[in-house]
Amino acid sequence: MFSLTDILGEAFGLILTWDRNLSEIVMLSLRVTLSAVVISCLIGLPLGAVVGAFRFPGRGLVTVLLNTLMGLPPVVVGLVVYLMLSASGPLGVLQLLYTPGAMIIAQTILVTPIVAALTKQVVEDLHDEYAEQFASLGVGAFDRIAALLWDARYSLLTVALAGFGRAVAEVGAVLIVGGNINHVTRVMTTTIALETSKGNLELALALGLLLLSIAVIVNAAVMALRASAVRAAYA
Amino acid sequence: MRDMTLDMPTPDCAIAPALLACEGLSFEAGGKRLIDNLTLAIHPGRRTLIMGPNGAGKSVLLRLMHGLITPTGGHVLWQGRPLDRAARNAQAMVFQRPVMLRRSVLANLKFALTVRSITGVARARQATEALEMARLTDMARRPARVLSGGEQQRLALARALVCQPRLLFLDEPTSSLDPASTRAIEDLINAAHARGVSIVMVTHDLGQARRMGDDVLFLQNGTLAEAGPLQDVLAAPKTAATRAWLEGRLYTAL
Repeated sequence: MFSLTDILGEAFGLILTWDRNLSEIVMLSLRVTLSAVVISCLIGLPLGAVVGAFRFPGRGLVTVLLNTLMGLPPVVVGLVVYLMLSASGPLGVLQLLYTPGAMIIAQTILVTPIVAALTKQVVEDLHDEYAEQFASLGVGAFDRIAALLWDARYSLLTVALAGFGRAVAEVGAVLIVGGNINHVTRVMTTTIALETSKGNLELALALGLLLLSIAVIVNAAVMALRASAVRAAYA
Repeated sequence: MRDMTLDMPTPDCAIAPALLACEGLSFEAGGKRLIDNLTLAIHPGRRTLIMGPNGAGKSVLLRLMHGLITPTGGHVLWQGRPLDRAARNAQAMVFQRPVMLRRSVLANLKFALTVRSITGVARARQATEALEMARLTDMARRPARVLSGGEQQRLALARALVCQPRLLFLDEPTSSLDPASTRAIEDLINAAHARGVSIVMVTHDLGQARRMGDDVLFLQNGTLAEAGPLQDVLAAPKTAATRAWLEGRLYTAL
């Protein structure tokens, strides 16, 4: 029988002592998650903007596809990436399986549709407002996308945060393609799952608290950035 | 349908060929014909007003002439040739509700110049001149969206004029402004006209029409009810629709 207060106390103790192993897990989690979010934004922001701003045959289908892919089951993505990267798979030659690279790929596949679909909605609303002015000024396609993304930048920060939230909390896909190898692919979520199954609840809870703290810090930082940018603009 | 270009017998019109012409122009949307077989001409150096009751098709006509929407029948010609990108670049438009980009006043002007491939020192100089012209220099760094309605419309006008158009379309640019802001907008329009910019403006305001108009196109239910020099039309309207509008009565065709 365990005492929650004892476990909490030990968890806080682990955080305060901040050993090398804990640091390694947290840093790898951040590296994988931030890499996936950056790559997803590089793909998803322009993709969502194009779908939101332009009318083309198949646009409705692309929209349905993006919206559907937002709910991709992580374990299915993990399995597909595993099959692609396994030695007998088409990308086996890259030897990425059980590396942070494979985890970044899996998370990117999960996060990109979220970024693209939400960007599409934000940009579409803004484009409805700008469309006649753009047409009157003769704004070309590239300038149009660039202007919409720039003018919607504060809303798109929230989109990136949604992607970050999905990535940082992900466990199924990274467990399958990363293998949860100690000192190689072990991240916070996979460690929590492992340590809970082993009964090492102090470490699991410590990591859970850290995970929550990171999410809060990142959200607060983005909100502060946004608020200061708005304040500067109104000064 | 009678050729209404014959109804605009001003001396200038007789000399100068049309800057922009509509030939049998029609536009349908939602099963309704909003513009019905219009033939008219806009002459260079003139201030042409488009007037008529609500729903007559004034704003739609403006958008058709500017190429923002595609006619379902007929043509818009720019100096006798189909409206192309070069012709569109020689035009500018100010909307009833100014559309402000979510950036500073100065950046709004610079954006319009960048789109026209004007960059660097030339862009900075032209943007600064436009700010001075619109008396917005002190607000250059402020977000355009926090300006008052009158200031936003002055910025919209400056942004249109910074592209150095030959023809400026204005869709009720002062409909929601106070008298002082209205006067400031009219001064800017008249200054542009004095520099040689031709003006096509939709207005409901008879006082403004008298101050700002050379010619008038009077629309009723998407058709051209009357066209000609403004003073002539105001003094002796030829159609019952124009007479009713000028007298502030609802017109119902028999």
